[in-house]
Amino acid sequence: MSIIYFLIACSVLLALVFLTAFFWAQRTGQNEDLYTPSVRILLDDTDDADPEK
Amino acid sequence: MKGSQTLEKTSCYHCGDDCTTQNYILEDKHFCCQGCKSVYQLLSASQLCNYYNYNDHPGATRARTDRRFEYLSEPSIVNKLIDYTDEQVTMVTFYIPHIHCSSCLWLLEKLNRINPAIHYCRVDFLKKQLNIRFSHQQISLRQLVELLYDIGYEPLISLQDVIKKQNATGKDQLVQKIAVAGFCFGNVMLLSFPEYFGISLYEQSFKQFFGWLNVLFGLPVVFYSGREYFVSAWQSLLRKSLNIDFPLALGVAVLFLRTVFEVFTHTGAGFADTLCGLVFFLLVGKFVQKKTYHHISFERDYRSFFPVAVNTMAEGDEKPVPLSDLHTGHRIRIRNNEIIPADAILLKGQALIDFSFVTGEALPVSKTLGEIIYAGGRQTGEAIELEVVKPVSQSYLTQLWNNEAFTRKQDNRIQTFNQKVSKYFTVALLLIAIGSLLFWLPSDISRGIAAFTAVLIVACPCALALSTPFTMSAALSIFDRNLFYLKNTAVVEQLAAIDTIVMDKTGTITTGNNQCIQLNAQLNDNEKALVYNICMHSSHPLSRMICRYLGNHEWAPVTGLAEIAGKGIVGLVKGCHVRIGSEQHVGSYNNTPSAGTKVHISIDGNYKGYFTLAQQYREGLKNISALEKEYEMFLLSGDQDHERFELVRFFKDSGRLFFNQSPQDKLDFINRIQQHGNKVMMIGDGLNDAGALKQSDLGIAVTDNVNNFSPGSDAIMDGRSFAKLPGFLKFSKDTVRIIHASFVISLTYNLIGLSYAVTGKLSPLFAAILMPVSTVTIISFTSLATHFAARKRKLS
Repeated sequence: MSIIYFLIACSVLLALVFLTAFFWAQRTGQNEDLYTPSVRILLDDTDDADPEK
Repeated sequence: MKGSQTLEKTSCYHCGDDCTTQNYILEDKHFCCQGCKSVYQLLSASQLCNYYNYNDHPGATRARTDRRFEYLSEPSIVNKLIDYTDEQVTMVTFYIPHIHCSSCLWLLEKLNRINPAIHYCRVDFLKKQLNIRFSHQQISLRQLVELLYDIGYEPLISLQDVIKKQNATGKDQLVQKIAVAGFCFGNVMLLSFPEYFGISLYEQSFKQFFGWLNVLFGLPVVFYSGREYFVSAWQSLLRKSLNIDFPLALGVAVLFLRTVFEVFTHTGAGFADTLCGLVFFLLVGKFVQKKTYHHISFERDYRSFFPVAVNTMAEGDEKPVPLSDLHTGHRIRIRNNEIIPADAILLKGQALIDFSFVTGEALPVSKTLGEIIYAGGRQTGEAIELEVVKPVSQSYLTQLWNNEAFTRKQDNRIQTFNQKVSKYFTVALLLIAIGSLLFWLPSDISRGIAAFTAVLIVACPCALALSTPFTMSAALSIFDRNLFYLKNTAVVEQLAAIDTIVMDKTGTITTGNNQCIQLNAQLNDNEKALVYNICMHSSHPLSRMICRYLGNHEWAPVTGLAEIAGKGIVGLVKGCHVRIGSEQHVGSYNNTPSAGTKVHISIDGNYKGYFTLAQQYREGLKNISALEKEYEMFLLSGDQDHERFELVRFFKDSGRLFFNQSPQDKLDFINRIQQHGNKVMMIGDGLNDAGALKQSDLGIAVTDNVNNFSPGSDAIMDGRSFAKLPGFLKFSKDTVRIIHASFVISLTYNLIGLSYAVTGKLSPLFAAILMPVSTVTIISFTSLATHFAARKRKLS
């Protein structure tokens, strides 16, 4: 049954990875504008030579 | 079929306005004016005509062509506006009110096609903001703003933008705190399950391990996520008052200490799951309560009304100066449609000042040389020169803003139900806890302490703390759907508590649209064009209404134009002598029966007829005057009393109508009736009501476009929802009743829990079930009841 120690450590570690991912998303502003990307994705990318960025 | 064809022919391809002339045609496309046509040319030259594919007529009309972005060349102003700059790039964020559809989004994010010096554009649609990164060596900020102006997206740059940046404070990390609490809550729940279902004797080592892990997970929940509750509780103690955070903090602390104690001494499993769940739900409640409408700004004051800079005259040269550097003695030049930012003496030019935003009076006022003009007026007509006599911070308007009513904080407003109750709740809770401790102490010390902590755990007012935010936010979203935007959740309770309604007249209960114009004259198209051209040159509200009524006509030069204040306009167009205005001015004395305001027309001395302009009251004013039975109603107007007779039918008696009220009078009036113990709601629209809006217990700004400037207030109401005001008032009362009911439910849960807790035998499993069950009941009850109430009031 000692394997439980290892399993719990694994599950907590995995959960921590998700928590870190959420923090990262929050810090990079991905949750700041929840509406515009949904409109932007509907616009066609017709451009030929669009030097994005 | 035929109808759609004519529509196609007559509406502008760019902005959708009616095309009244055939002069602006390009590639089979009709435009209403040169401005719209040139925007189209600009876009087609950059191959950006996809703009027109996403929506019909996405543009803004470009009929007006005045440019006043000179001040953006001034480095001191530019530095305050930009977000970031280095040798290569500059970043700036603009507020662009015109963003309204996906075409706008598409075009604004493709700006680099028009000018390659722009590297990157991102639109935040709901906030109507545009974030731009550009190379300032190739394009200046001024050129950038002019480019935006040229394509029809003029950014709104006000003094407030400059100041807001300086007071920008760090965001609180509520979402992160919720994430941490939720993460710990989930893990602790899993680790607690074995304990609930029992662990066999030879697996006792796991019990210890789980206990330690639970304590470990409890640490960030208490010291990171729940930290604010301790801070708030401590502050409330310092102020010698008890807020709802005090019992919450007490509950969290007791839960944590008892968990640590039990795990350390191997006496039990502790309450780590209850602890994490409590903090998690509380933070979610806080998040819900913080719900705001970021598409509307409530924190507006004179600074968002004033421009960033003003043109000063120094040695014959014009130089833009930031408003903060404007001193007494500066000579300033104000052009047509610009706002006078400080009290000043008129030196040169013919001043015709539109004070409608300050006083509510619709007619522009003419001023003679040497007269003092107060800040906030808008010059209509030719450019004038003035000498500043008072700095901006001391001018009449800013003084009104800086009245003590503005600096006063919310504390003497209506106390929310939560604040009132939590005081007694905390005292009762502490009495029961100490009582049970004292009861068990003589016989069994450990049981006494167990009972004491159990009471604090079980009675922790989680459900109570959640009932208000969830009810309020449900109510808020219902108000939002009905175009009534409240500043925060506490406003709902204030709305329910008021007993007196004070209304402003112009712009609040009257509307200024052209539906009420009637033309009683036989005019052919050529004559209409003559009248249109004359009226185009006047900024008088009546002229503007006539222009809107006549639609766009071909532009023609006007000579010998004279506007006689209070009488009318006279001018020479296409060789015709046109007089528009009052009966005496035009020279007709046919004494037609009078109803509403009339504007008479004569062309080349021949009397043609008149426009009738009836004062249009907002729809639903009748419904509102029916509130008379339940509320005290007053009318405060800055206008003269020529409408007293018409208005009196909406009010109980004419003693409730007050005319010729200055902004200070309005503020004083509100103050006076508040002295009598009345809870006053003020409904107004202009800057002249700003003082009264702030002084009142609840200020509502009525506006026809919620994104336009409106004075700082507790709520912003779209003019279209004005008729629903009685429904709003009733619904707010329902909401408060729902909060009371949910309070009773939460008390019931607490009493059930308490009856176990005082015996000192509270099992962790019982606490772990009771807490979420009560929370879920409260949340579902409040949301269901609120929506039911909304349906009853016909608001959903």
